[in-house]
Formats: sequence, C-alpha cells, structure tokens
Amino acid sequence: MVRSTKWLAAAVLAATAAGAHAQVNQIKVWAAACANCHGTDGRAQPGMEALAGKDKDELLQKLLDFKSGRKPATIMHQLSKGYTDEQLAQIAGYFAAQKK
Amino acid sequence: MQRRHLIQGLGAGSALAGLGLLSGCATIGGNAPKVVVVGGGYGGATAAKYVRLFSDYQIDVTLIEPNEAFISCPISNLVVGGHKTMADITTPYDNLNKRHGVKLVRDMVTSIDPDKRTVKLAGGAELPYDRLIVSPGIDFMLDTIPGLKAAGALEKVPHAWKAGPQTALLRRQLEALPDGGTYAMSIPLAPYRCPPGPYERACMVASYFKKAKPKSKVVIFDANDDIQSKKGLFLKAWDEHYKGMIDYRPKHKVVDVDVATNTLKFEFNDDFKAGVANVIPNMRAGEIAVKTGLATANARWCEVDFLTFESKAAKNIHVLGDAIQIAPAMPKSGHMANQHGKTCAAAVVSLLQGKEPPQLPLYANTCYSFVTAEDVVHVASVHRYDAEKKTMLAVPGSGGVSSAASELEGRYAMAWARNIWADTLA
Repeated sequence: MVRSTKWLAAAVLAATAAGAHAQVNQIKVWAAACANCHGTDGRAQPGMEALAGKDKDELLQKLLDFKSGRKPATIMHQLSKGYTDEQLAQIAGYFAAQKK
Repeated sequence: MQRRHLIQGLGAGSALAGLGLLSGCATIGGNAPKVVVVGGGYGGATAAKYVRLFSDYQIDVTLIEPNEAFISCPISNLVVGGHKTMADITTPYDNLNKRHGVKLVRDMVTSIDPDKRTVKLAGGAELPYDRLIVSPGIDFMLDTIPGLKAAGALEKVPHAWKAGPQTALLRRQLEALPDGGTYAMSIPLAPYRCPPGPYERACMVASYFKKAKPKSKVVIFDANDDIQSKKGLFLKAWDEHYKGMIDYRPKHKVVDVDVATNTLKFEFNDDFKAGVANVIPNMRAGEIAVKTGLATANARWCEVDFLTFESKAAKNIHVLGDAIQIAPAMPKSGHMANQHGKTCAAAVVSLLQGKEPPQLPLYANTCYSFVTAEDVVHVASVHRYDAEKKTMLAVPGSGGVSSAASELEGRYAMAWARNIWADTLA
C-alpha cells in the first residue's frame, strides 16, 4: 500500500513537472537510431556524412536510391531496406529541420 | 498495463493532492522526476544522455559508474593487435555532465531495493529513483572454468572481453611471447558479447605475428559448431592474409584451465598447452542484475518488454544492453546497446510524463570487424517491433554483410567509432 501510494504520487509529480512538454516523438526516436554513425541529431564527427540541415528532398531521394539499389553503398543499401518509404521521408524531414 | 495504472494513478493522485498528501513524496521525486542509471557503458551512458535530451533537460539523471573513463570494447582488438593504443579507445565521461547535466557518481551499486526504489552504493550513499535503468553489461560464469576462480588467475589467463586492464595485459603477453610461441583463444557457447569479436581478434593477433613473430601460430578453440558471424568473410581473410597461421577448431568446449602451465582442458578433446592462453568464459548479465533477481532467463539474462526495456521481473526498473535476453537475431553489441539506450530513454521520459511511450521501436545494428589493420568487413541488420509477438524482429529483406573486405570500410569503421563515442558520451 505504501508502495502504491508512493508510485501514484510520483506519477502525479512527474506528470505535473513535465506536463508542459510535448510527447517524445516517434520520428525523433527513429532518427536517433541513425546517430550512432551520423552523429547526435545528424551533426557528424569527421569521416561520416552529416545529415543535419540538409535539404529534405535530396536526403530522401538519396535514401530511396540506396533502397532501390540505384545508388551503390557499402551499408546504406542494406539499412534503408528496413524502412518504409514513408518512414524514410519522415526521418529525412527530421534531419532537414536540425541546425547544422 | 502500465498506462492504465498511470491513468488511474493520476486520478487518485489528484485526490491525494487535495488531501495534502503529496508533500510526502518530495523525498522520492524532489521537484523533477529522478532517473538513476547503473553502468556507463554503451547502453547506460546513451540512456543517461538521451533521457536528458528527450525530456528537454527536465528530468534529473544520475549515472553511477565505477570507472574513471569509458574504454570501448569495439576497436579494442586493434589494441591487442598493436595497431591502436589504450588512449585511442578511451573517452572521458565529463561531457555528459558539462553538456547535458547528467550527474556523475563514480561508485559501484551494491544493492537495489525495488520496493523502496533506492540503490545503495559501495561508498555508503543511498540514492532514490523514480525509474532505474540498469545497464550492467556482462559478468563471467567462472564456475564453469574452475581454474579461473583462483586469486590472480585472470591476470595469468586473461579474457580481455571487458576492455581495460585486461586488454593491455593480453597485449603485453603477446609482446612477451617468443617467436614460434602459440596463442590460444577459446570461445564460449553463444550467446556471448560481440558474436564476431573472437574471429576479429584472431585476425588482429595473426596480423601482429605476421609482422613480428612469423613462426607463431593462432589456435582458436570454439565451443560452438561453427564460426558465429561473417563466416565466409573471415575464412577468406584467414586464407588471403594469414595462410597456415590460424588453426580453427570448432566443437571444442573448455571446461577448465591449468593456470600454472597455460593448459586448456576440454570436454572431449586432448589438453592444449599455449604460450599465451586467452580463455573467454561463458557470460551472463552483470552481477547486480542477477543479485536483484532481474536475470529471469536461465538465471543468466534479463527479460524485458521491448517497448520500454522495463524488466519483466521488477516494476520501474529497466534493463539494457548485453545483459538482456535478446530478441531473435539481435546481437549483443555496443551498437545495439546504444539503440536500447535511446528506446528506453524515450519510454522512460514518456512514462514519467504520464504519456504513452512510442509504440514502434525501429533501429539498426552495424558491426564492423577488422581483418587486417586497414581492411574491414561489416554485418548490418534492421530490427522492428512486432506488436503481436511483443518482440523485436529483423525486417525481412534488410541487412547483410560486406561483399568483400575493404579499406573504405576500414575508414567507415573508424568514423563509426568516433561517432558512436560522441553520440554515447559527448
């Protein structure tokens, strides 16, 4: 009982403290999965292509070309096939909106 | 389930607030919700940073890690081979604090109280949490190789499967080995941390021998039936670069080691005496997870809900990285642990904000292996949450391995390392 009361109270506090903030966006979390190679929010370390602030249409076209095999790659042709075209568009949109 | 509780919780909470009972929880929550992260490896450090990022810095995060700096397992085989230094694979933790406000506590968690929601530290302090993220990595099941349990045994026969002093020790042993001496490595039954790692290590040791000790040999004793990852690419590299130098023996399960004589003892095969013996023991989730009752799968690995990484054994405790019972085709890798960290961070932030966590985790694994000091091969995969099966599944048609080893991928591998270290720690 003590435990559940604490839990409820903590949930309320948490909700109150952070309630003003937007829900963690699914697309942002998908894009975060690209950061291992392309840097947090697409701001890459040397040696890898930065994605932050790139043109959305160009980014998307590149991803679609990797996916279709039109554009040769070492690894991106294999990774892009794991995403729907719509997901690729959403992820491209996220990176395009980030500051360089 | 959690969501329903939370909604009920909000209603009841308002009633509590009306009764003036809410002040009592200040000892748990303070002003901001508190997340404590146990372990600053690829999983824990990433989770700590991304809870801060995803909450717009509104959630208080404390990272507890005993080591002064992060030392990367990926790339550590290049240190073993003499192509990189320990400094090259070491990154300080301080940017997590300076740039992201993660509170760093250099200590070790000795116990977790899931009912009180506190962790106790070796230094004596007790920290409260609203949600706990446990990312303890692996520990070794030394009971399965009794000779390694004696004091000082691991300093004589290193595993070098946690990067750090063990990596440097194995390197020194290889340097001290006379030309013509034998290096023997044993690989445990899968699942173990980093499936291609042992075969990469064989390449790195052979690359050193080729240059410095041409009469020396590498012998691999694999408890498994076959090479566990990138088989064709490794066999090709062994043939092209190290012909006659690498002796691969599958179905060889080490059951003991005579540390005094560097002798490996097997379940079914003859003893083998090595110049340098590198025994990689069986693994399970890190000790703190086992001790807390989180390792529910064969008492080895921690079962989690793949939407949130919440433990199936304890509420408000999330488990990440190599310690978890993996989903089908999901490797135990640093890259994957980093991805767990982000998925978990998004869920933890959502739950603490009283919102539904993102419902479609979707992330990739990329794993590079050096076959020479310059040439690299990779394996990649994409994993998507399956709501019906409640697990992560590889997306059909995605992923694959390199068509051939290349220097281009060698450059990408080092860029990968720089980027994942920055993404995890800076």
